Amino acid sequence: MDRSRSLVGAGSARWLLAIPAVFFGLFFAYPLVRVVLRSLTLDGGLDLSPFVEIATKGSLRRAAWFTVWQATISTLATLLFALPGAYVVARYRFAARRLVRAAVTVPFVLPTVVVGTAFLVLLGPSGPLGVDLRQTVWAILAAHVFFNYAVVVRVVGSFWELIDPKLEEAARMLGATKARTFATVTLPLLLPSIAAAASIVFLFTFTSFGVVLILGGFGYATIEVAVWREATINLDLAASAALAVVQLVGIAAVLSVYSRLQQRHARRLPLRPAGGVARRPSTPGERLVVAGALASMVLYLGAPIVTLVARSLSTSSGLGLSHYTGLFQSGAGPVAPTEAILNSVWFAAAAMVPSLVVGLAAAVVISRRSGRAGARLDTLLMLPLGTSAVTVGFGFLVAFGWPVDLRTSAWLIPLAHSVVAVPFVIRTVTPVLRSVQPRLLEAASILGASPRRVFQEIELPIIRRAALVGAGFAAAVSLGEFGATAFLIRPDRPTIPTAIFRLLGQPGAATLGQAMALSVILMILTTLIIMTVERQRMEGAGDF
Amino acid sequence: MRRLGTALVALMVMTAGCGDDTPEDSGPQTIRLVTHDSFYLSEGTLAAFEAETGHTVEHLAAGDAGAMVNQAVLTRDNPIGDVMFGIDNTFLGRALAEDLFVEYESPGLADVPDSLKLDPRVTPIDFGDVCLNYDIAGLAGIGVSPPATLADLTKPEYAGLLVVEHPGTSSPGLAFLLATIAIFGEDGDYPWQSFWADLVANDVLVTAGWEDAYYGSFSGGSGGGDRPIVVSYASSPPAEVIYADPPVTEAPTAVVLDGCFRQIEFAGILAGTPVPNAARELVDFMLSREFQEDIPLNMFVFPAHREATLPDEFVRYTEIPSAPALLPADEIDANRSMWIEEWIEVVAS
Repeated sequence: MDRSRSLVGAGSARWLLAIPAVFFGLFFAYPLVRVVLRSLTLDGGLDLSPFVEIATKGSLRRAAWFTVWQATISTLATLLFALPGAYVVARYRFAARRLVRAAVTVPFVLPTVVVGTAFLVLLGPSGPLGVDLRQTVWAILAAHVFFNYAVVVRVVGSFWELIDPKLEEAARMLGATKARTFATVTLPLLLPSIAAAASIVFLFTFTSFGVVLILGGFGYATIEVAVWREATINLDLAASAALAVVQLVGIAAVLSVYSRLQQRHARRLPLRPAGGVARRPSTPGERLVVAGALASMVLYLGAPIVTLVARSLSTSSGLGLSHYTGLFQSGAGPVAPTEAILNSVWFAAAAMVPSLVVGLAAAVVISRRSGRAGARLDTLLMLPLGTSAVTVGFGFLVAFGWPVDLRTSAWLIPLAHSVVAVPFVIRTVTPVLRSVQPRLLEAASILGASPRRVFQEIELPIIRRAALVGAGFAAAVSLGEFGATAFLIRPDRPTIPTAIFRLLGQPGAATLGQAMALSVILMILTTLIIMTVERQRMEGAGDF
Repeated sequence: MRRLGTALVALMVMTAGCGDDTPEDSGPQTIRLVTHDSFYLSEGTLAAFEAETGHTVEHLAAGDAGAMVNQAVLTRDNPIGDVMFGIDNTFLGRALAEDLFVEYESPGLADVPDSLKLDPRVTPIDFGDVCLNYDIAGLAGIGVSPPATLADLTKPEYAGLLVVEHPGTSSPGLAFLLATIAIFGEDGDYPWQSFWADLVANDVLVTAGWEDAYYGSFSGGSGGGDRPIVVSYASSPPAEVIYADPPVTEAPTAVVLDGCFRQIEFAGILAGTPVPNAARELVDFMLSREFQEDIPLNMFVFPAHREATLPDEFVRYTEIPSAPALLPADEIDANRSMWIEEWIEVVAS
């Protein structure tokens, strides 16, 4: 569609394509194909009867229907709740803005079991709402919004920050009302990033597992729950593989619709370097908006977190730190928290590197390739988000035994984490890259800059902020990941989530308190890591 | 291709090993021990084995017990470990049908009760009973006595008091379902389905996992809920004492000895191991008193060894049910998913 794309970096884009292609092929497609084939041929020949069973089972059709509609409603609800937050965080300066931006991500990394118990308290008959919402679909939706709030704030917020307010100011000058300006100028500009965030939320809730089990009770089941049940309780590998394939096909269908929409709405706009846009709220109205959005954010995200913190501090003798000190006393509790924390940090750091390299390469290719090819790559790389953790874990096991036995290598853990984290980097970077003015690239290229130089001098400074947000995301994904990790056979190195599970597995007030304490440590660690990663941008951009 | 791979791996293993031409290993070896995620020992226990034998034990954790079995099935041609620990009788049938293990009779079996020995291919290491637990003060507070049998739970005074776990998503939940099937049977006037229908009529609460049942809905001990009876383990009351905060002298919860289901955990030597001799030594060590006496406080189950000394809390605050329910492993394997489906129909409709 535009010449610049063929002018700039057709060659380098092809070369760059190799990075995501090899990564995705080796660590996702290949293990997946291997495990599905292995599972369907366990008794010799290829047995496709599990597919027939799925199609005819009533409980499964119900699960499929429930999966689709709860994911749709959850996504819409998350957008509704989180967009005001994204706006305020992107456009206004206020005290502790950086902290808020990092802290918003905390729910995202918390283990579902831990948050689940907090929600059970809040939504129970003696909670602040005063109604018993346990084992209802409302509980599921509320938790989905809680967990995915960060996705919208971060993906949309980091893009919103780059939109030049002059566009809106111009519209206002020409007489448009605030509402009209938003509807006709801001919203259309934001659409690509909103769609990007929505697609992630949709996939996450589509494959929701822990939330559905704990808060929904047994009345609700997603396809993911069925995959897991077949693999770990019924021990029917064939059925589990067939279900995983069905889930994947469903997700691929949804994603291709999404990418068509995305293509139609992508547009170029003059972006500003990050940071220059945010300002202090000046009018009383603005102050009210900021205060209102922050208050609702604090209330909604804060309530379950405060519940957790309170439980971690409540001891037999009133408030105190005894659960924290107990955690670190050698021999007092059943886990080694220091080791778990170090392992988690190590895995997160290790996962960030491939996520960033692969994610950036893919984002550049996707944004430079015109039309279908880019969209297809985009869709393909999203698939891991919608694939069941059991299948990915088993796939690694089947695929990496030969020629060198890597199945029990500790490196598989950060690699498995990056397979899930790459889409986040792509999702934060691509909308920004897509809106880079082609004229800039064209001019540079005509003036003789090599494709690499074009990337370094023009695209990189613009996407720096988005890339760091993506890297922070990757760290968060790794810190909180439990599913795929648990389904790999791995050298026994506890991470924070596995240590929390260990503590929760034992009755006793002390172990429960320590599990809560370790969850709080996970929250603080996540906030710190994300703040550290994102601070890097200040050196380049000269932000606040 | 795969055959070539297997041959290469075998070659690599042989050259990397002691250099013997025969697969019979001797001298110090590395033994890969695959366990579920809930395997824990005191720090020095495995080190003692290593010091004694010169072998090195590499511990691999593999998800929950069901996932571990399926992982072994998937890697049968190129096993990921040498010894597997933690497969229990609810999943044993599947592993035996897939020929995952080779036979081994450890000399230590002489000290293990016959009731725990289910198959010559696997060695019983420990057992735990899934039993009803109740909140002692909670039941006393409403003037209800603890249930004596499972059937009591359908009486009106127990309405709204019980919380259980879903058998399709929770291991104790499945064990409890199996207990009801063993006790009430499949035929007769009052089969297990009727019992469950009565439980539903008596307002039983079903949760997905043990954590949300015990912490979220149970009122006893560290539980934060309002139901005084829960499906948990016979070892939960001692845990409530050991991990109490502040320390207590009496357990706040107790066990109902009727209607328990026994989960026996086994160790097995994986077929295809390049170090069968070292693997046998490790299994022998698992039946030693040193290992056996380390089990209760780490994994909260009972040692299989008859003579193993139990920690004080286990003696004082719980009992081992004398006649727990048991079902043959192959019967469980053949019917598990059908039973769960039937259960869902009874309970959800």
